[in-house]
Amino acid sequence: MRFETPQTIEAAVALLAAEQGARVLAGGTDLLVRLRAGQIAPSTIVDIKRITGIAEITAEDGGWRIGAGVSCAAMGEHAGLRADYPGVVEGAELIGSTQVQGRCTMVGNLCNAGPAGDSVPAMVAAGATVRIAGPAGTRDMAVLDIPQGPGKNALAAGEFVTSVFLPARAPRSADAYLRFIPRTEMDIAVVGCAVNVILEEDGTVACAGVSLGAVAPKVLLVAEAAEALIGTKCDDAALAACAAAATAAATPIDDKRGTVAFRKDVAGVLARRAARLAYTRALGDPS
Amino acid sequence: MSRIHVTTTINGDSVDYLCEAGDTLLDVLRDQLDLTGSKEGCASGDCGACSVMLDGRLVCACLVLGAEAEGRSVETIEGMADGETLHPLQKNFIDKAALQCGICTPGILVAAKDLLARNPDPTEEEVRYWLAGNLCRCTGYDKIIRTVLETAAEMRGAA
Amino acid sequence: MAKDEFQSRAFKVVGTRVPRPDGLDKVTGRARYGADMSAPGMLIGLCLRSPHAHARIVSIDTSQAEAMTGVKAVVTRADFTVTPEDQGTRDILDNVMAGEKALYDGHTVAAVAATSRSVALAALKAIKVEYEVLPHVIDVDEAMKPGAPVLHEGRQQESVPEGYSQNVLARSQYGHGDVAAGFAKADLVIERSFTTAATHQGYIEPHACLATMGNDGQGDLWCCTQGHYMVRNTCSAILGMDAGRLKVTASEIGGGFGGKTTVFLEPVALMLSKKTGKPVKMTMAREEVLRASGPTSSTSIDIKIGITKDGKITAAQGDFRYQSGAFYAMNGALGAMCGFAPYDLENVETVGWEVVTNRPKAAAYRAPGAPMAAFAVESVMDELAKELGLDPIELRLMNAADEGTKSAYGPTYPAIGLKATLEAAKAHPHWSAPLGPNQGRGMGCGFWFNFGGDTCVSLMINPDGTVSLSEGNPDIGGSRASMSMMAAEELGIPYEQVRTVIADTATLGQNEVTDGSRVTFAVGLATIKAARHAIEIMKARAAQVWGIAPEAVEWVDGAAQPAGPNAGKFPPMTLKEIAATASNTGGPIAGHFEVNAEGAGVSFGTHIADTEVDPETGAVKVLRYTVFQDAGKAVHPDYVEGQLQGGAVQGIGWALNEEYIYGEDGTLQNAGYLDYRIPVASDLPMIDPVILEIPNPGHPYGVRGVGETGIVPPLATLANAVSRAAGVRMTSLPMSPPKLLAAIKAR
Repeated sequence: MRFETPQTIEAAVALLAAEQGARVLAGGTDLLVRLRAGQIAPSTIVDIKRITGIAEITAEDGGWRIGAGVSCAAMGEHAGLRADYPGVVEGAELIGSTQVQGRCTMVGNLCNAGPAGDSVPAMVAAGATVRIAGPAGTRDMAVLDIPQGPGKNALAAGEFVTSVFLPARAPRSADAYLRFIPRTEMDIAVVGCAVNVILEEDGTVACAGVSLGAVAPKVLLVAEAAEALIGTKCDDAALAACAAAATAAATPIDDKRGTVAFRKDVAGVLARRAARLAYTRALGDPS
Repeated sequence: MSRIHVTTTINGDSVDYLCEAGDTLLDVLRDQLDLTGSKEGCASGDCGACSVMLDGRLVCACLVLGAEAEGRSVETIEGMADGETLHPLQKNFIDKAALQCGICTPGILVAAKDLLARNPDPTEEEVRYWLAGNLCRCTGYDKIIRTVLETAAEMRGAA
Repeated sequence: MAKDEFQSRAFKVVGTRVPRPDGLDKVTGRARYGADMSAPGMLIGLCLRSPHAHARIVSIDTSQAEAMTGVKAVVTRADFTVTPEDQGTRDILDNVMAGEKALYDGHTVAAVAATSRSVALAALKAIKVEYEVLPHVIDVDEAMKPGAPVLHEGRQQESVPEGYSQNVLARSQYGHGDVAAGFAKADLVIERSFTTAATHQGYIEPHACLATMGNDGQGDLWCCTQGHYMVRNTCSAILGMDAGRLKVTASEIGGGFGGKTTVFLEPVALMLSKKTGKPVKMTMAREEVLRASGPTSSTSIDIKIGITKDGKITAAQGDFRYQSGAFYAMNGALGAMCGFAPYDLENVETVGWEVVTNRPKAAAYRAPGAPMAAFAVESVMDELAKELGLDPIELRLMNAADEGTKSAYGPTYPAIGLKATLEAAKAHPHWSAPLGPNQGRGMGCGFWFNFGGDTCVSLMINPDGTVSLSEGNPDIGGSRASMSMMAAEELGIPYEQVRTVIADTATLGQNEVTDGSRVTFAVGLATIKAARHAIEIMKARAAQVWGIAPEAVEWVDGAAQPAGPNAGKFPPMTLKEIAATASNTGGPIAGHFEVNAEGAGVSFGTHIADTEVDPETGAVKVLRYTVFQDAGKAVHPDYVEGQLQGGAVQGIGWALNEEYIYGEDGTLQNAGYLDYRIPVASDLPMIDPVILEIPNPGHPYGVRGVGETGIVPPLATLANAVSRAAGVRMTSLPMSPPKLLAAIKAR
């Protein structure tokens, strides 16, 4: 096994394209666990954190571009990002412990394609995109399309994600992410739900995104749940309809973390609670 | 297998070592540098017993490759006391019985020191969440949390 | 003999909160635990473990591994040619290295020693094991049925009636009176069935050791253990060597809770070292700790209690079915003995069952067997109180055991502290504090025997008047501090003048394992007696200097002095003065004491918990928790509090989220801290400890063990609190959110 620290995106692509067994190292909080457990044996580890600019959060077209090397802790410390996307940030900040926060990245969480990644639903609900570098150049893709199933992502050989882009915020918009875990910290989500809303001037929901994690092989964008909110002021009936749509959309499995019935129920509960939270935040949004 | 030469700073001292690509920083600290104060409880980032500072960020040394430390700065429990003078957290952990078996203690001290550097006046809830990644099986956390809070107050008073 | 040990006295050192001698090492990272020791030329040892729950080992081909560069030895069961004499040790051998069959997922089938971890890992992959997979059984009730897959043939004891699987190894029965007659007199009878999942001790330090064996037949072993004498005796029996030729040194121990009262890696490391002639270090990964080291029993329990309408229990009955993994344990018997121990019962009958299953061999876990029994019994007590409209503490007080009560398991109690804990709980503001919506309060009682056992202590008076105390029990909760305190108290010198060390097995005589909450009691007793022995010698030296009879000298405040005016007029001779001149008065001075300590003094606790249940998700938040426990005499109150707090939190974890989860194939699904969910700091409130001191007549200072009882009441306390908060009786642990939500929806 070799260890490489490319300084440029091109150099990283060259290394990744050269060997099928090359693996990207960003935060390493998943990669090292799998290495130690003997689940993977890469030929080369490509540490992308020394690529210039890869660990920066930059304003772009009124939105935010978050580099693939930005730790979730750094996201939490970024006031502008927090103000625009509280749900995305709270999702990112729920991954692991304080120690893990110092290393883990949203892009890593996304590309590992675990069904329960905490940072993914809020990105999906927000309509985020990623920028992908590869042998054929650069392309953008919706975050929703990256996970293809447990452990499988849409990246082609030699490609890696260099950043996430969160679009410009409309006035009166906000998001929220809630997850259920058995303890208060340190668990993988049993169910996760993100809601993103944009309101009319009178407080009616103009636009919404509702996304569920851990209840299907990959993150879900639940159009029916969003439609239940659109045109309403998130009254109890709308929230109940949103919850019912979330429960109906969930196709979870029984495993060591939860049962089918539990996950479907809680998907609805979290959708209702997250929608209310996002709505309340959007109402209070001064911009 | 060729080994990687790494030059880094540990507890303020310049250190060189050779490691395999798959060696973690924890492997290097413990097995090569005899800095065994950082403990391996899980090797998966779930227990916090290997907590160290890497360029000013609290991390689990088991989730960092030894090779990644090139040119960085690492601080471990062995660097926490200033010669004979213990950090107030260290002194109070002894005086206020905030440890039993002591295996989690180095990681908790490193993590708590970072918390107090960032937030000199944390609430009980903030301390509990900050330390949620540091498992302790002996104490039920009670005396640990109290001692961190009392040390924070003491340090604020002294500042 | 034990009853008259206690003498009331005014303490100077005991009861204070002095700093621990191991504190500095532990806060600076200097303290050396099991995995922190290295040796020149050391090899790294790793185990190959069965991926199957139950399989016949058809063949093991180690040739390819042995041929690899850097691999120095591979061992399998074929290398262990000695058959230990007693069944218990044979079970341990079968557990540390599988024989004909792998009996659980994670069972060691081979081990390698190599020049590095990566080479050893590669070697494990090169070992070819052919398995014939057999049907397996995980659940205790399933394992008892005739026709269940059988782990061992011909091991069933005569106590087991016909009609059960060979997996049922033993049955035991306790009680007195006539339960049928008692139930006939009851106004209300409640009968319930309960289950509890297996949990792990969860110590943060994985098992680790460094073994050195040579062809001269001598060995040295460094390991983290609760009892290095046990390690010596067990390993020497397994390796077929004289115990005296194996020196075992206990490292600092990073938690044990009963799980380090046996051996896992140690005999294997010694065998690898013997075969290679080099030191071999072995450490378990967390996954191995969970798959292959000591979980506790999972249980299935039936409880029936009859009561009059004014709250007097007329009869109590319990059936305690405990699985102990792949080998015999006596946890079912212990459960059957402990469950009703808090009560004064006219008619009681309990039966304990020991059942083997395809799981790792159960090890002791803090009051082994008792927490699950208390969960079942105290849950029914709570339901009785609710049905009768009685205050739950009042109901316990009306039936509480006291001095002179014939216990449910046989003996008659001397002075005990159960009622004191109940009265304190009743009077505590926690018991009457208001509760909000979806909140519930529960309480429960717990009992543990406590233990004494073989103990040696040696106390040396140094020439400068300082004292070196050697004891043989790994310090798991601050015992070096408390031994120094008791020695200082007895000798009449400051705490700082005593240093206590844990001697290796070649330096001090046999000592029982650090278990049964025995150390502060038994080693404390031996320390006091060793100090008294030294005092006798020092009095004789003073008498010799003064030219009076030794009987005419008394020991007061750290000095010899004439016992009265008739003895002569001499100024007191301090310990320091006697020590300084010892060389001229007969030589060095040391006291020692060796005993199989009896009179440990049973222990009781009462806990109160407030919980809040989210009725939409089944999430439980513990809002407030108070522990009341009788410590006899708290030698170091901080450390006693620490035991009560730590025990309570382990019990909270057991009640809410900890469990061994097996797949259909009998493999463990959650062998890591991610999904084996021990409580984290943010899960908990402060744990308020209230120490009661009802002196134990069996100890000179009245000390009772405090280490274990704290884990007994929480399972029941939480179950009662959650059941009241959720409005539905929870009879299965853990009360994980999916289980609780399903119960709420079905109510």
